[in-house]
Amino acid sequence: MNLRRDVFQALADPTRRAILLLVASQSMTAGAIAANFDTARPTVSKHLQILTECELLKQEQNGREIYYHINAKEMKEVADFIEPFRNLWDDRFNKLESVMKKYKSKK
Amino acid sequence: MERKTKIDAEDGKQELVITREFDLPLELLFKAYEEPEIVEQWMGTKVLKLENKKHGSYQFETTDPKGHKHGFNGTIHEFIPNQKITRTFEMENTPFGIQLEFLEFESLSDDTSKLTMQVVYRSVAVRDQILKLPFAQGINMAHNRIQDILNKLN
Repeated sequence: MNLRRDVFQALADPTRRAILLLVASQSMTAGAIAANFDTARPTVSKHLQILTECELLKQEQNGREIYYHINAKEMKEVADFIEPFRNLWDDRFNKLESVMKKYKSKK
Repeated sequence: MERKTKIDAEDGKQELVITREFDLPLELLFKAYEEPEIVEQWMGTKVLKLENKKHGSYQFETTDPKGHKHGFNGTIHEFIPNQKITRTFEMENTPFGIQLEFLEFESLSDDTSKLTMQVVYRSVAVRDQILKLPFAQGINMAHNRIQDILNKLN
């Protein structure tokens, strides 16, 4: 399903995984999350938007602030986290393909 | 970019199947597994030994960015050029044990070919652990980065 693929795409990014890791221990505001990264604030906002859209994060209004927290249910559904494993093999096979294409043209 | 590699890992099974189609003729795909100097290029490893025959064995060694060496080895049970390789695989000094690999090579057209790799582990638990390894490493890397940033701030 589309949703599932989006989840894995969301998880493929190291910054987004770091955000999930941060928020896993406590809910945080966008500002507090951004303060943990060198990246520009709008970039962090974009990551938060992606994580929220694929339901890995949930937003909660608390007074004037919006807090982000982990959506445990969705995280559990992707708990096998197979995508990085697939990417590892795919990168490896891409390398094989390019090495052999060069090998062929040399001959 | 779309990923061309498929991983089939059914719940509760101690095996997984990796399939991939290549824009390469079958002979070239097989050669990538046969020639030590080519294996070195795409696997990013040093090939210490590679005996492509029944009862033969192989030994690889990689060096990580920190300079640590990691050994891999296995025994070859079947070696049929352009068709199949059956072998064991073991990451040395890890708790994962030995896995059994069935590699099947087939031609799809003059310029394309397919590899099907069935990997059998000792238990479901070991398979699941190995599947999660790259994700866990990603988390660790991200975590170390956060740690580095925090250290800089302090």
